[in-house]
Amino acid sequence: MFDFLEGYDLLGAFWVTVQLTLLSAVGSLVWGTLLAAMRVGPVPLMRGFGTVYVNVVRNIPLTVIILFASLGLSQTLNINLGAQAFDTINFRLAVLGLVAYTSAFVCEAIRSGINTVPVGQAEAARALGLGFTQVLTLVVLPQAFRSVVGPLTNVLIALTKNTTVAAAIGVAEAALLMKKMIENEAELLLISAVFAFGFVCLTLPTGLILGWVGKKVAVKR
Amino acid sequence: MTEVSVAKEDVASSGDLVVLKSVNKHFGALHVLQDIDLTISRGEVVVVIGPSGSGKSTLCRTINRLETIDSGTITIDGRPLPHEGKELARLRADVGMVFQSFNLFAHKTVLENVTLGQVKVRRTDKKKAEERARALLDRVGVGAQADKYPAQLSGGQQQRVAIARALAMDPKVMLFDEPTSALDPEMINEVLEVMQQLARDGMTMIVVTHEMGFARSAANRVVFMADGRIVEQAVPEQFFSNPRSDRAKDFLSKILHH
Repeated sequence: MFDFLEGYDLLGAFWVTVQLTLLSAVGSLVWGTLLAAMRVGPVPLMRGFGTVYVNVVRNIPLTVIILFASLGLSQTLNINLGAQAFDTINFRLAVLGLVAYTSAFVCEAIRSGINTVPVGQAEAARALGLGFTQVLTLVVLPQAFRSVVGPLTNVLIALTKNTTVAAAIGVAEAALLMKKMIENEAELLLISAVFAFGFVCLTLPTGLILGWVGKKVAVKR
Repeated sequence: MTEVSVAKEDVASSGDLVVLKSVNKHFGALHVLQDIDLTISRGEVVVVIGPSGSGKSTLCRTINRLETIDSGTITIDGRPLPHEGKELARLRADVGMVFQSFNLFAHKTVLENVTLGQVKVRRTDKKKAEERARALLDRVGVGAQADKYPAQLSGGQQQRVAIARALAMDPKVMLFDEPTSALDPEMINEVLEVMQQLARDGMTMIVVTHEMGFARSAANRVVFMADGRIVEQAVPEQFFSNPRSDRAKDFLSKILHH
């Protein structure tokens, strides 16, 4: 029944999906946190930048961003992120595009988390003589993160599935392999089911584990 | 300490720690602080009382610039309050503050709450900071709770930790913004006792409170505020037994007899 799978590197394709997901997740967590810090910070220029960035980027379709990374950055501007091989260039560009896009959502999730931290926490920290960055990194963000594990899990799951857009610029991840198999094999429904199952295998445990983590780290008030 | 200055025209002397001069503040249309002049000497315990909305909490919060002011000057130990930034942070480290809602850092243990400022602001060695924190926690009577989280403590215990947290910075002056207003009646005394001990040890304190008993027993001076103004200031005995202004008489008649 599953004969059609022979000759295809299914695991290899999903491994690329996992790599795309993990690298983009780390990148967008870092960049998203910085964006959130800018949006709540005291410097008007940074606040403005954060606001414009989030509102522009989250309203552009991911496909457009990924295509721009490939056509605009790589092919027009020759920005290849230090890679030579075609595959590596596209993989890195896909990560860049995914980070740029996902960080807008991470930023907003974290910002909503910051809003759940009572004002008094920051006031007490300021009253001790901590500076803005210290107040943010020592008191506000640690509490904000704990309250947004749930929303961030949603972003991570969406990111996992969004990596399939990287197929548009030829990154050899799961969706590209699926396209190839659909062209070459007859079992269309089964192929779709196998890939759907593959993604559920990735995202379901993510949701369950992070759900448990979220409960574990929740701040008691 | 025994001499209480209530003169309006205080000449700045080395004994003056906190000086407010014609301070004004608005919240929109509300003129919440109106031409406030107040001088607090080193070692003095000043209790600010008054009806709700009279601006006493705001006054307390302007002293470490958690609230900005519209006009006037505030100086602490001879230096005017700087604008937001490193200078202000340094000054805030010298001004301890205790809040109505405790505001202990919810994600840190009691011990970490008391060491955070020492380590991150004063750059004290971590081990020394912990020793000092434990000593302070013992002093306010919550030494046994050091490794718990704030949510596991009673309100009275949390507020005593908050006092220890402020003391850990070796502040020149302590601000108390209604420190017992959020507490169950049976926990008020344990906090007041700690504050009374502090007052006896010579700490300069500015206390916004509704606890008239504390004002009587620990204050050097009572400042009575109403509608954004300082209406009257006097030594507690005189203020409670023989208030001069009608507004203060009215206020005292409502709270002292029942």
